[in-house]
Amino acid sequence: MKAHLTRRYLFSSSHRLHSADMTAEENVATYGKCNNPYGHGHNYTLEVTVSGPVDQSTGMVCNLVDLDQAVEKEVLSRYNLENLNTLQEFTQTVPTTENLCIEIFEILQRTFAHAHLERVRLEETMMNSFEYAGN
Amino acid sequence: MVYLTRKAEFSASHFYHNPEFTPEENLRLFGKCNNPNGHGHNYTLEVTVKGEVDPRSGFVVDLKQLKEIMHREVLDAMDHRFLNKEVPEFLTRIPTTENLAIAVWERLMPKLERAQLHRVRVYETPDLFVDFYGEE
Repeated sequence: MKAHLTRRYLFSSSHRLHSADMTAEENVATYGKCNNPYGHGHNYTLEVTVSGPVDQSTGMVCNLVDLDQAVEKEVLSRYNLENLNTLQEFTQTVPTTENLCIEIFEILQRTFAHAHLERVRLEETMMNSFEYAGN
Repeated sequence: MVYLTRKAEFSASHFYHNPEFTPEENLRLFGKCNNPNGHGHNYTLEVTVKGEVDPRSGFVVDLKQLKEIMHREVLDAMDHRFLNKEVPEFLTRIPTTENLAIAVWERLMPKLERAQLHRVRVYETPDLFVDFYGEE
């Protein structure tokens, strides 16, 4: 029987929202305070949902240790306590939480093979959250 | 169609062990969760039902009835219990959060009349939960 398992993680990063395709005025109009050239930070909450049949012999969709290790190695160690704008994937792409959510989904889809990746949900603050489930 | 979710909390202990595996294999697979004396969690259960809104009552389901069913079928059996030893499903199934969500679904499904069971969500901790939608 198929079940969906969701695990929540925390990481903190800084970013600045600024598009090279816009004028300085357009950037301010679009991103407001998020365009501050020195950047600002968030405590992100990441929710990773995987799914699959419950293995009869273990009672599990996948071993949590494997999921935790993959998320730590591929996502948390890459983004925690970093400035997102300095990372390769955000040199051309604005590090909005939408784009970060898509990036994390794609990283996990490439690297986590123990269960089907169903969805990534990212809370930027307690008020804002974003979800991506692939195309 | 409107979806309605009712929450409940219960506290129980469990451990993970498959008698078909060697002690070493059990320890490797389940780690600290293999301790035969068990350990406990405060579980949060979310039961979501769906249905059309009854034009006379304005309800999808009578919440009081849903609460009573959840108490009778799930909480009375599992709250302050050692799942492996006191809940019949877990004499033969490992009481993981996955299997707990399935067991709650199987207990509630035959008892709900007007509303249709949509999802059972079981939080083992605030950072870990399982959703079960029935046979998909």
